[in-house]
Amino acid sequence: MIVKAKIIQGKYLDSVRLMLISQELRKLQEIKDAVAIVANKENRQILADTGMLVPEISSALETDIVIVIKAADETSAQAALIHAEALISEPTKSQTTGMQSYRSIRAAASKRQDLDLCLISVAGKYAAREAAASISEGLHVMIFSDNVSMADELRLKQEALAKGLLMMGPDCGTAIINGCPLGFANHVPAGEIGIVSASGTGLQEVSVAIAHRGMGISQAFGTGGRDGKAEIGGLMLSATLDYLINDPDTKVILMIAKTPDPEVRERLWTQIATTAKPVVVNFLKPLKVPKLPNMFYTHYLDHSAELACRLVQGFSVESIESDTEEEISTPKIGKNRKYIVGLYSGGTLCYEAQQLYYETFGQYPPSNTPIDPACICDDPFHGRSDRFIDLGSDEFTVGRAHPMIDFSLRMKLLEHVSAQPDTAAILIDVVLGYGSHPDPAGEIVPILRSIDPGILVVCNVLGTESDPQNAIKQVQILESARASVFTSHHTAASYALRALQSHRRML
Amino acid sequence: MIKINKGKLKVLNVGLDSFASDITAAGHEAVKVAWRPPLDFDIAILENLNKQSAVISAANDEALARIQKGRPLLVGMGIARDVIPGMHEDLILHAGPPITWERMCGPMRGAIIGALIYEGRAANPEAAESLAASGEIKYAPCHEHNAVGPMAGIISPSMPVFIIQNESFGNFSYATQNEGLGKVLRYGAFSPEVIERLKWMDRVLYPVLNRAIEALGRIDLQSLISQALHMGDEVHNRNRAGTSLLIRQLAPALLKTMQNVEDTTSVLNFINGNDHFFLNLSMPAAKAVLDAARDVPNSSLAVVMCRNGTDFGIQLSGTGNQWFTGPALVPDALYFPGYSKADANPDIGDSAITETAGWGGFAIAAAPAIVQFVGGKAPDALNYTLSMYEICHGENSQYQIPALDFRGTPVGIDVIKVVENNLSPVIDTGVAHKDPGVGQVGAGVVNAPMEPFIKACQALTRIL
Repeated sequence: MIVKAKIIQGKYLDSVRLMLISQELRKLQEIKDAVAIVANKENRQILADTGMLVPEISSALETDIVIVIKAADETSAQAALIHAEALISEPTKSQTTGMQSYRSIRAAASKRQDLDLCLISVAGKYAAREAAASISEGLHVMIFSDNVSMADELRLKQEALAKGLLMMGPDCGTAIINGCPLGFANHVPAGEIGIVSASGTGLQEVSVAIAHRGMGISQAFGTGGRDGKAEIGGLMLSATLDYLINDPDTKVILMIAKTPDPEVRERLWTQIATTAKPVVVNFLKPLKVPKLPNMFYTHYLDHSAELACRLVQGFSVESIESDTEEEISTPKIGKNRKYIVGLYSGGTLCYEAQQLYYETFGQYPPSNTPIDPACICDDPFHGRSDRFIDLGSDEFTVGRAHPMIDFSLRMKLLEHVSAQPDTAAILIDVVLGYGSHPDPAGEIVPILRSIDPGILVVCNVLGTESDPQNAIKQVQILESARASVFTSHHTAASYALRALQSHRRML
Repeated sequence: MIKINKGKLKVLNVGLDSFASDITAAGHEAVKVAWRPPLDFDIAILENLNKQSAVISAANDEALARIQKGRPLLVGMGIARDVIPGMHEDLILHAGPPITWERMCGPMRGAIIGALIYEGRAANPEAAESLAASGEIKYAPCHEHNAVGPMAGIISPSMPVFIIQNESFGNFSYATQNEGLGKVLRYGAFSPEVIERLKWMDRVLYPVLNRAIEALGRIDLQSLISQALHMGDEVHNRNRAGTSLLIRQLAPALLKTMQNVEDTTSVLNFINGNDHFFLNLSMPAAKAVLDAARDVPNSSLAVVMCRNGTDFGIQLSGTGNQWFTGPALVPDALYFPGYSKADANPDIGDSAITETAGWGGFAIAAAPAIVQFVGGKAPDALNYTLSMYEICHGENSQYQIPALDFRGTPVGIDVIKVVENNLSPVIDTGVAHKDPGVGQVGAGVVNAPMEPFIKACQALTRIL
């Protein structure tokens, strides 16, 4: 084994670009592992963990890019190194598309006074500084980045609200403002439902479910997952709710969050009571809520979308069971196969699946992001049990792109799980839309085809026909690989769990 | 109460490029910040300097005004030992910040060997090398003697030099005559042909030019440089227009003072065959302008950027003769056939004085013919120049860029802005082979290393 490394000075590429370059390098002949990465402290740790922190790069500065190649022989290593340098020095395409570019937020704002919003996706430790600059320039802010401190989040949200500005995030994956997709978002029609969500995939799932029902959205705000915590006090949940209450284009409001702190909830109830506008609330688990004439509570995403759509049309919303419990022809699962494995890229979908599991089997399943802390699953690769894994969770995203963009880890897990003789069912979400992988179905179909027919494969395709990947085409591709495909996560997960339940009854 | 303007959203994207493309694909507008991570150093330094920003800014206004007022003229020629202040028989001036013989790179050592042979101090390279290392020969930066030199930048006592005066302030600067391309002393070559050319320059080029300049009295370099910028030069890596304009000015005087046809013809042929002849005038012109801006207390503007092939060094107006240095980088360049980055010496030469004066890389938007050094497209060159305005205290309307609607060149490099924006000055440069005597192997652009700028900021906080 040969390890070759090189320091590149005076160049800056964003992390996704570097990860894509690393991915391309790993595909080269005779290359065991390869990485192009910024040599900051965090990344050095990653390199150390993988045995790639070689002496040649010890002199790299924090902002230098380093390339490390592990190869079978000298020639391949050298070739990969040269290829890496070429990829890194390639001029970025967008320079030639004529998109305006400025050196700093201040420079941009001084020359373009009509800017509305600043979308920040730089590494977390730099994000707060950029957000503060945006707010002082009077721009709305969405922080896609995570790893921003709670203290910074609170301060930024207070500063923004004092100026009548949005401060969505940190860790806000999705928003749609004036129809403009920000971060991971789907192409959905304009309409009369306004969404405020502390969950990115939750927002995506309901906006797509609304689109599937022929309706549309007015605005969809993200708040970041921690907004409902006592420390932040639901500042942005409350401010965006207030906006939607007063927005003449919004007829029905849909609010999604992992159950907020009790005091935050109380404030939200009080706020909802001040308006006659219908508000559908979904805190992602069954909850006792006060009776308000205009408030409707449900804990499944698909149900909330259904409710909101009915409310827009002025229909009765007495009972909400969007899922017809029709008899499904029980799919054949191999006799000695036992366990279901969920491999998720969407955190809230993984959470919803655990909730459904609880309602099917009377207990929560093991997970790396368990609803019940007792069900923590430390080793998602080798657990001999049911397990629901959120691959978007921090432990999997350090040093690699989000699993909605980079499928390599999910493919590795798919291969691993499908080779285990006790795997009965695999449940995966395929999230489409802006920001996501350009052809996820095409990427995973070769592996799906090779999976033993004794394993039930269920896919949830989250997306619309107008998304860049076209949901209809993605469904067709996945179905061609014998997967059972659904366009609602609730339906997909229920199908998989019911099939597993009847398989277990037959055992 | 949150207020959102309805209609097409105009988004400033800071981070992942793909998000910006998604926004435009969906029919909205995205504007990008070409974001770079801030420097990894003690942010308290910047905070301290920000507290003094009124004082610093006033000082910078003064230093900038002096630069803007600068009016460089070529007023004569002379022999280094006679005209350069502090020059003596055992002194050799070199490019860049101070350096000892032990730490000098190959090309600089080669040039010193050549200079000692040229001076008759050594009969052969071996003898020259041992003399150079003996301690008998003293070394000093050109910059500490009001002089500048391209590449190795060697000036020895017998060399003829141009004398430039900044008319507005009266100060002088000096540079040798440009030797042309190929095997030349400034790239570390010291073979007999190199020495012979230097001798010819003493014997023929110098007296012929000297007589012509004397007859003219003076040549207005400010005017030549502003015209050259309008004609596609940035007067660092491209000097074709400047050299042509110079010949036009000289021609009548060359004829008027002609002693024999052969010499004058060979002088004209020599200049005509060397597009970079004017570099050895644009550099001292920049030096004369910037020296006048020295010693403004509290100013954070750079008055020198230079390299010796080992270190990159800068000096500030507000910190006297103190040098701030860091390792010189190897340029990302276009290499001549048969050569690669592996052959290259780290950046070398005083020619970054042109960037310090707002030309060279700072004015690359004026030189479309050399955009292949910066990405190949005219907008790339524009972007380089535009970004330099963000680290400069002002503009110099004496020198304009046609492609930017005759906007003045960015000038007055503020080291605080360099550090704050993590944006280092871009420098056009020729690349020397790391071994002495091989010569030039490429040309391109290089970003100045950050370390000297951070050190300069630290020093400023100490004196403020």
